[in-house]
Amino acid sequence: MTDTTTEVVATRAAHEEPLVSVRDLTKHFPIMKGLLRRQVGAVRAVDGVSFDIYRGETLGLVGESGSGKSTTGRALLELDSPTSGSVKFDGLELTTMSNSQVRSLRPRMQMVFQNPHASLNPRMTVASIVGEPLSEHKAVTNSSERGDRINELLTMVGLRPAHANRYPHEFSGGQRQRIGIARAIALSPDFIVCDEPIAALDVSIQAQVVNLLERLQNQLSLAYLFISHDMSMVRHIADRVAVMYLGRIVELAPVDVLYEQPTHPYTRALHSAVPVPDPKLEASRGRVILEGDIPSPAHPPPGCPFHTRCPVARANCAHDVPEWRELKPGHWVACHFADESGW
Amino acid sequence: MNPDEVVLEVDDLRTEFFTHDGTVHAVNGVSFSLRPGEFLGVVGESGSGKSVTMMSLLKLIPMPPGEIVSGTAMFDDIDLLATDDTTLRSVRGGKIGFIFQDPMTSLNPVLTVGYQIAESVRLHTEAGKKEALDRAEELLTLVGLPDARDRLKSYPHELSGGMRQRVMIAIALACSPRVIIADEPTTALDVTVQAQIIEIMRGLRERFNTAVIWITHDLGVIAGLADRVLVMYGGQIVEEAHVDELYSQPTHPYTQGLLQSLPRLDQQGQELTSIPGQPPSLFEPPSGCSFAPRCPHVFNRCLEENPSLVEVGARHRVACWWDTVEGKAR
Repeated sequence: MTDTTTEVVATRAAHEEPLVSVRDLTKHFPIMKGLLRRQVGAVRAVDGVSFDIYRGETLGLVGESGSGKSTTGRALLELDSPTSGSVKFDGLELTTMSNSQVRSLRPRMQMVFQNPHASLNPRMTVASIVGEPLSEHKAVTNSSERGDRINELLTMVGLRPAHANRYPHEFSGGQRQRIGIARAIALSPDFIVCDEPIAALDVSIQAQVVNLLERLQNQLSLAYLFISHDMSMVRHIADRVAVMYLGRIVELAPVDVLYEQPTHPYTRALHSAVPVPDPKLEASRGRVILEGDIPSPAHPPPGCPFHTRCPVARANCAHDVPEWRELKPGHWVACHFADESGW
Repeated sequence: MNPDEVVLEVDDLRTEFFTHDGTVHAVNGVSFSLRPGEFLGVVGESGSGKSVTMMSLLKLIPMPPGEIVSGTAMFDDIDLLATDDTTLRSVRGGKIGFIFQDPMTSLNPVLTVGYQIAESVRLHTEAGKKEALDRAEELLTLVGLPDARDRLKSYPHELSGGMRQRVMIAIALACSPRVIIADEPTTALDVTVQAQIIEIMRGLRERFNTAVIWITHDLGVIAGLADRVLVMYGGQIVEEAHVDELYSQPTHPYTQGLLQSLPRLDQQGQELTSIPGQPPSLFEPPSGCSFAPRCPHVFNRCLEENPSLVEVGARHRVACWWDTVEGKAR
């Protein structure tokens, strides 16, 4: 992306209504103990995240396992009801809606799952998998129209209409993911949550699926929330990127800014941890090796959630929660010392 | 390092699995050698035969249905594939250490980690119980586990994924092996923890001069670690080269495709170049080149004859009928 597009992304907020607007979203899972199954605590999987997604853009959501990225995606779509916070889709508040009201919005917001082996019913043919949303939401009136639409969808994702009567087990992982994508775009949605859509695929197949997602985005002006732990793929596909750690977003910025001028120590450590497929560069670059592991979201540390592993933590990080603030237009960060550079 | 000295020499290894659905040709004639202290990366996708190759060397594949159909693997003047079980048992864990992908399933959940490390020490050396535990503590410190003495009493479930993998490395190192085979040791870990493990391996390598075979699907992980890399596809080695040469001048169309399909953090991304098609089915023995259906340079000979590895540079071998450097058939 060029500098001008970075500026476009950064200043977009001032001019345009976001398609999805998330404010202080939390999702806590209760921990029950004892004979009476009393609640003794909570796993704070998502602990107050806020972000916007605009029409036709891709927001990348990166973080390690247990950071709450998938839970954010699910809570956003009301697949798991959020504990608190607000989610607005095209101006409509989802968290206070009844199930049937949310259901009526489902055609406009869809999901692509990580594991294409588990997300397709093995007893349904490809035609019935891809056609199910069409019949459920009465998007087609008769069976010939339905058949035509299924063929059209399969062609769009790079499969052949002849595949329609086969079962999922007859396909490879990459092809199954294409079926999952065909199902997601069947009702011409505006927004798709892609939850680690390439994590289960082989390297040579990942590029195929990412190219397909990008092509469909251009054709159908889709907005994506692209959840992934693969930093290099997110850099490729995303317009803006949010970094999650222990249920919170610690930094959010246009992709170039996040990768070239990261300010949060965790973002920097993540960059440094990703191995680059270039032996010469690997030998020369400096490394920030974090100590220890991500703490348990059932007992998040007080203050800044990252202070236990932060290489530049100071005394006040252990009790003061850093404010979520806008450093520059479009560049948000939660760190007390984000504006001090050169550590 | 003596350039001619070899610690492990594998020749024409073939492993097949006889299943209800037919014969799976998992490894189709793999030959390679390993020098003392060398770090050998093995890259391939799932089903490329990279794990089965290394497992076959120590007969760690389920037999039946698996069967090593042919080949030799010379280690210390012993042919590992022909030797008896007693000798093989002394080699496993003693002279050749193993690190598996998932440390939770390879550690025994009902034994303390101290016991499990000491067990390995006592099996392969004369050490007594006390001595073995001291050695275990030393090993845990070596792999960067804090409070090693207390950790000896921990059970695997009390440790995080990264810590468990450190215990696995400690067990693999227990008897100062000449070779360590690491099968996707960081695939189940987060990137920041993976970086810790890579850093440990880098340090250990400099210290012990143990040869390491590191199996992975991630071209990034071995770029900064390996001396030499084998690229596997369809149960065969398709390219073998020094790490710098492999990344700067990949010669096999598959290696080229793999490297081009990666988005790179240090490069601005355009449309990704993808390799069309699907990985091969292993139910048929390869008649031609197994990459032919996906290859941009395919011509008649590729479909009829399976190419064998030919030398294209110093310790750089490639199995392809098309010379990608000259742009013509070999």
